[in-house]
Amino acid sequence: MGDTTARTPAANPGVDWAALAKESVLTALVVLGLSVYMIGLKAEDVTGGLAIITRYDSVAIVTVLAFLLRAALVLVRSGVYLPVILVCGALAVAMTGLLGAWWATGEEMSAYLPFGDPVVNGLLDLMLIALAVRAALRLRASLHGPAKAMTQEEKEAKAARFVKNFSMFAGPALLAFALIYPFLPFVDRFYLDVAVLVMTYVMLGWGLNIVVGLAGLLDLGYVAFYAVGAYSYALLATNFDLGFWVCLPFAGVMAASFGLLLGFPVLRLRGDYLAIVTLGFGEIIRVILLNWYQFTNGPDGISGIPKPTFFGLPLVRRAADGGETFHQFFNMQYSTTDRIVFLYYVILILAMVTNLFTMRIRKLPIGRAWEALREDEIACRSLGINPTNTKLTAFAIGAMFAGFAGSFFATRQGFISPESFTFIESAVILAVVVLGGMGSQIGVVVAAVILIGLPEIFRDLQQYRMLAFGGAMVLIMLWRPAGLLAFREPTIRLWKGGGKPEPGNEKAAAEAGP
Amino acid sequence: MLSVSGVHTFYGNIEALRGVDVEVAEREIVTLIGANGAGKSTLLMTICGNPRATTGTITLNGEDITQRPTFEIVRMGVAQSPEGRRIFPRMTVEENLRMGAVTADPQYYDEDRARVFDLFPRLKERVEQRGGTLSGGEQQMLAIARALMSRPRLLLLDEPSLGLAPMVVKQIFEVIREINESQKMTVFLVEQNAFHALRLAHRGYVMVNGQITLTGSGDELLANPEVRAAYLEGGH
Repeated sequence: MGDTTARTPAANPGVDWAALAKESVLTALVVLGLSVYMIGLKAEDVTGGLAIITRYDSVAIVTVLAFLLRAALVLVRSGVYLPVILVCGALAVAMTGLLGAWWATGEEMSAYLPFGDPVVNGLLDLMLIALAVRAALRLRASLHGPAKAMTQEEKEAKAARFVKNFSMFAGPALLAFALIYPFLPFVDRFYLDVAVLVMTYVMLGWGLNIVVGLAGLLDLGYVAFYAVGAYSYALLATNFDLGFWVCLPFAGVMAASFGLLLGFPVLRLRGDYLAIVTLGFGEIIRVILLNWYQFTNGPDGISGIPKPTFFGLPLVRRAADGGETFHQFFNMQYSTTDRIVFLYYVILILAMVTNLFTMRIRKLPIGRAWEALREDEIACRSLGINPTNTKLTAFAIGAMFAGFAGSFFATRQGFISPESFTFIESAVILAVVVLGGMGSQIGVVVAAVILIGLPEIFRDLQQYRMLAFGGAMVLIMLWRPAGLLAFREPTIRLWKGGGKPEPGNEKAAAEAGP
Repeated sequence: MLSVSGVHTFYGNIEALRGVDVEVAEREIVTLIGANGAGKSTLLMTICGNPRATTGTITLNGEDITQRPTFEIVRMGVAQSPEGRRIFPRMTVEENLRMGAVTADPQYYDEDRARVFDLFPRLKERVEQRGGTLSGGEQQMLAIARALMSRPRLLLLDEPSLGLAPMVVKQIFEVIREINESQKMTVFLVEQNAFHALRLAHRGYVMVNGQITLTGSGDELLANPEVRAAYLEGGH
């Protein structure tokens, strides 16, 4: 052991047992303080009311575990690797085995495990594995001598290269995957529904990306435009018998005009203040929808919203008034999933339109002006850019796409009520944009899959679902603080075949210049 | 060309400009020198309409621009290279130049771009590099180049020598002279580097506490004992 520690220059020569004990005891005390109420006391339904039961045994276990795990962490830090790897590794293997047996046979194994709940045990198992891996990585680093320290710039350049390559190949690959997705063998109705939901959020994310990612206007009330689009279509369809495709542009225009309506009062605001006002705007729209009973049917919502048709051919078993249906026209067997597949392609096309529009507009003066406005408003003004118009167009266009997505939502659900348009929706859409990396198109897709798709697929985890959701968010922000795929692609390239110079090799590019 | 008369500008209760009169004629280089906090940058920004003059008038080619919004003033042929350069750090040099050209007719873009690359060959080498990764001198060159891309008739420069090495300062001032001579550009230059600015300029103004205290040709001011004592001795 002494050999390995001596070779790591950063590690202490020995273990400071006093400091170790102090740190571990402190951690254990904090855990004890927190867990006395959160774990130690539990309200439970008994006949005749609620009763408080105590679970002090669990508190004791948690506290001891906190002490031991912290001690192991400190040991790793001070250069003791092998014992930690061995102990943690063995425990992890044992726990994984027990949990696996529990899961496979359904036989209760909690007698051999510290907790009664398999998920909590699983979390502990993960912690042990993490500790062992960490120690192993440190050990490897110490054997191979200190790793070459990468400077911040090199790291950034490396990340940028990765993101660029990833975006270049992932874009077409993802699109191809999305196109054949409904016909993949494992895709059943549930997976189709999840995909439609994810695509809706991808589209909303791309729309919000215009406002937040490109123009840098933090909008916390984006769901308001989504609601306007949904209600525009729902009201037109139920009151005037208009079809989805006729209403779609109208819903976009309605949402865009609400975008302008919000844009005007917030023109002078920036940052936090803008966020607060947009948050208020989102709530105002929801409260109006809730209370204007005669118009919106209030909390009862609007039901019976018609489904979209395929060029006039409805996707139903039997057309209402003797008309022809989709499956009759194409001589196919009627299947209920046809409709979902159709909806899937509708949202795919809508989302792709949003994406293409954004990619195209970024290369036009107005798109570049949005980005410039985000970087420096004063500089923009001194270059003759009208910040008022620029911001308003960003709001309006972003809102328009939310309107499209909203009418799609209405037609998919067949029923809408103000409940679907709460602040949490805005927050989730914003999270998709921020975690994806502001301004990154492909990042939005990745983040939407992680934030929307995975929680749906892991519904079986029940109450731990949101815990995992929060954990994923924290991890993403720790690893990639600027977002998963944060990298700004230049809008103009002088060298054909993708840009040559990124920080690092611009000298070569300068010599090979035009 | 540009005429500022009796301009007062306030920041809240603080009177930053106390009745300033400045004239800039066609094809002239006029410099405004003064100490920190004298109000030099404020005057330049007031000309651009942000902040607005409380009283007084600013005219450009006889047209009153005192109450015009900034972007309109820029579209009338005034370009500003603002204090602290304010290039777009995450955009490439090329994109920065495009941003400068938003108000210009796109058909001149290639021509204008070639012209600023003639003036600043360094920028041509760096054309795909991000603004934020340029050196200070290169950023200043980019700020001036970006301002030139809007095809202005009046160029406002706010402390182009700020924080630059003496060699680079010399280069930049050389370019300003060239722009003025070969492109017949009118230049209004705000500077703390009084020696270089006065040598370059046809005429100069000295500003103290928001008021113009002295005016004259560049050489006159260079020879003026007050100016020498306040701005030139002990340096350069």
